[in-house]
Amino acid sequence: MARTITYREALNEALVQEMERDESVIVLGEDNAGGEGAPGDHDAWGGVLGVTKGLYDRFPGRVLDTPISESAFIGAAIGAATAGMRPVAELMFVDFMGVCFDQIYNQAAKFRYMFGGKAVTPVVIRTMYGAGLRAAAQHSQCLYPLFTHIPGLKVVLPATPYDAKGLMTQAIRDNDPVLFFEHKALYDLTGPVPEESYALPFGEANVVREGGDVTIVTMGRMVHTSLEAAEQLAAGGVQCEIVDLRTTSPLDEDTVLESVEGTGRLVVVDEANPRCSMATDISALVARKAFGSLRAPIEMVTAPHTPVPFSGALEDLYIPDAQRVVNAVKAVAEYAR
Amino acid sequence: MTDDRIVPVTMPKWGLSMRLGKITDWVVAEGDEVQAGDDLADIETDKIAGTLESADAGTVRRIVARAGEDVPVSGTIALLAPPGVSDDDLDAAVAQARAVIDAGVPDEAAEPIVETAEIGGRKIRYAGAGQDGDVVLLIHGYGGDRNSWLFLQEPLAAGRRVYALDLPGHGTSTKDVGDGSVDLLADAVVGVLDAIGASGGAVHLVGHSLGGAVAAAVAARDPRRIRSLTLIAPAGFGAEINADYLRGFAEAQTRRELKPIVAELFADESLVTRQLVDDLLAYKRLDGVATALRALLGTLVGADGSTQRIDSAAAIAALGDVVPVTVIWGSADRVIPPAQAESVPGATRRLIDGAGHMPHMERAAQVQAAIEEAIARAR
Repeated sequence: MARTITYREALNEALVQEMERDESVIVLGEDNAGGEGAPGDHDAWGGVLGVTKGLYDRFPGRVLDTPISESAFIGAAIGAATAGMRPVAELMFVDFMGVCFDQIYNQAAKFRYMFGGKAVTPVVIRTMYGAGLRAAAQHSQCLYPLFTHIPGLKVVLPATPYDAKGLMTQAIRDNDPVLFFEHKALYDLTGPVPEESYALPFGEANVVREGGDVTIVTMGRMVHTSLEAAEQLAAGGVQCEIVDLRTTSPLDEDTVLESVEGTGRLVVVDEANPRCSMATDISALVARKAFGSLRAPIEMVTAPHTPVPFSGALEDLYIPDAQRVVNAVKAVAEYAR
Repeated sequence: MTDDRIVPVTMPKWGLSMRLGKITDWVVAEGDEVQAGDDLADIETDKIAGTLESADAGTVRRIVARAGEDVPVSGTIALLAPPGVSDDDLDAAVAQARAVIDAGVPDEAAEPIVETAEIGGRKIRYAGAGQDGDVVLLIHGYGGDRNSWLFLQEPLAAGRRVYALDLPGHGTSTKDVGDGSVDLLADAVVGVLDAIGASGGAVHLVGHSLGGAVAAAVAARDPRRIRSLTLIAPAGFGAEINADYLRGFAEAQTRRELKPIVAELFADESLVTRQLVDDLLAYKRLDGVATALRALLGTLVGADGSTQRIDSAAAIAALGDVVPVTVIWGSADRVIPPAQAESVPGATRRLIDGAGHMPHMERAAQVQAAIEEAIARAR
């Protein structure tokens, strides 16, 4: 039965249900339990923002607190996956990928291909991304385009509690390495989520709002920014269709193209830096495959090409907001040759 | 002082959780004459869009709620009155109605209470409307759930207790359906009747499609418990069935695959909204549903892959003269042909013009009237 729970609780529920369903599912990372084996409170943390809280006692021996060494425990998770486990490893902030990137992009991503399909690597790497928490340049980035670029990795960015649970369930059951991006600002978001288990397929975008005037393609936290903008625009008579990609790899090209074929106008809203990003990728896709439908130049609303500022005032300006989306939509809606 | 010749048109309650409806468009204007069953306004909730039909005949003297406005359930949205009613009386009634709309939804508007009965090791969920009186139990079809009755459950609940359940494998009930037989589904229905304490002889069963065959089986087990049986496009009364629809529904994995299949349920395909398809897809993606739908497909369709396997004739024969049977069918049904209504012996027949396989969604007011008649005849 669907009740209203948070994004954080939805993720926790998916982990609990999959750990109950399949004993090869294990959880490992820094402070996933917290306090164990060291002075401190029992199950004190559950991850820095509490997603894995309660798992330690419920699944003895299957929730592992690791040393602060991403190269070691991400590598261990990938190795365990090749040996028959289904590990869910937590890379606390995606900004730390640099110290374990070889294990991900040059090992996990390649095994199925290099071993002729005989090896599978069912590992999930959960990670936090995004600005807005005053965590400065080294803890606030949106690095999903880097992973989307690598064939062999699947990249998931849920925007709602319902999607968070269903996509996490699919990520754990999936036989390929999955990078699972959780935006820090979404953990307290609430929404209806069924109590029962369900898996949402990868590569299926979600049309979260229908409208005939302008297509907005977006993902993650920016889905909500786009919805806020769409409400303001609707009051002025402009109806936006919002496509939430949900996964950037695989990518649901059809839903994007069908929407743009209907509206003829595209705005891509992406919190990541603009170069070599999902914004440029979607723009290129539409320019190549739906050029004949376009009635205005494509607009991109992204962060600027700078590190995330430490100054709160600047950080607020850095993150795309509803007003910038409104301005971009108006620009394409009012465009005349 | 209001004139009792003024008849309010109110915001309907479509589904037990509906609090608020938005009028998207008025079909009628002030001064129009309407008959019972005429379309009045298009209404949208967070779940569904539909058209409100007039319950009465009269002249639309005042439109109270504007298009685009949210109105709490049972709030007055228009006034019907004969020409003799004075403008002053009408304006006073409008002022009262406006006050209700402007106050919005009361905070204490509670979520419907969903009950759970443990039957044969399965959790069966059901929800009721209405305080006292005879029990009416609504049994949905293949792939449906208790929300299939959203246009009927509340309206039927005046002076009755109206329950709708989720059959095994459906909605929020346990998804395991065992052998998927009609008997197993009937066990769940009998269990719910026991759980709600429905006493002998005061139970009216309404079943749709597969749920019709289940309702007939339940009635046949203990005809004296059942006061009337209403079958809407039931399974079990002929060979022909759209097996491609059933298979397609069971197998569809994506919105693109599911949408054209669901469209076959309705005469008016514009009723297949994104929300409806998304809700069905969310159901189909729950663990265990794919297995349940496959098992039930084997119950509905024979080994030849094209004809009905269920035969409800024996169940109807077992009712004898004890239980009056009413059959309701949409004239444009593309899943089970309406001609099979002729094969239900001794039944009162109501053909709903222009409705598909879901007349209780497409022509709710007419189906409600037919059910009310069936219940009244049984007394």
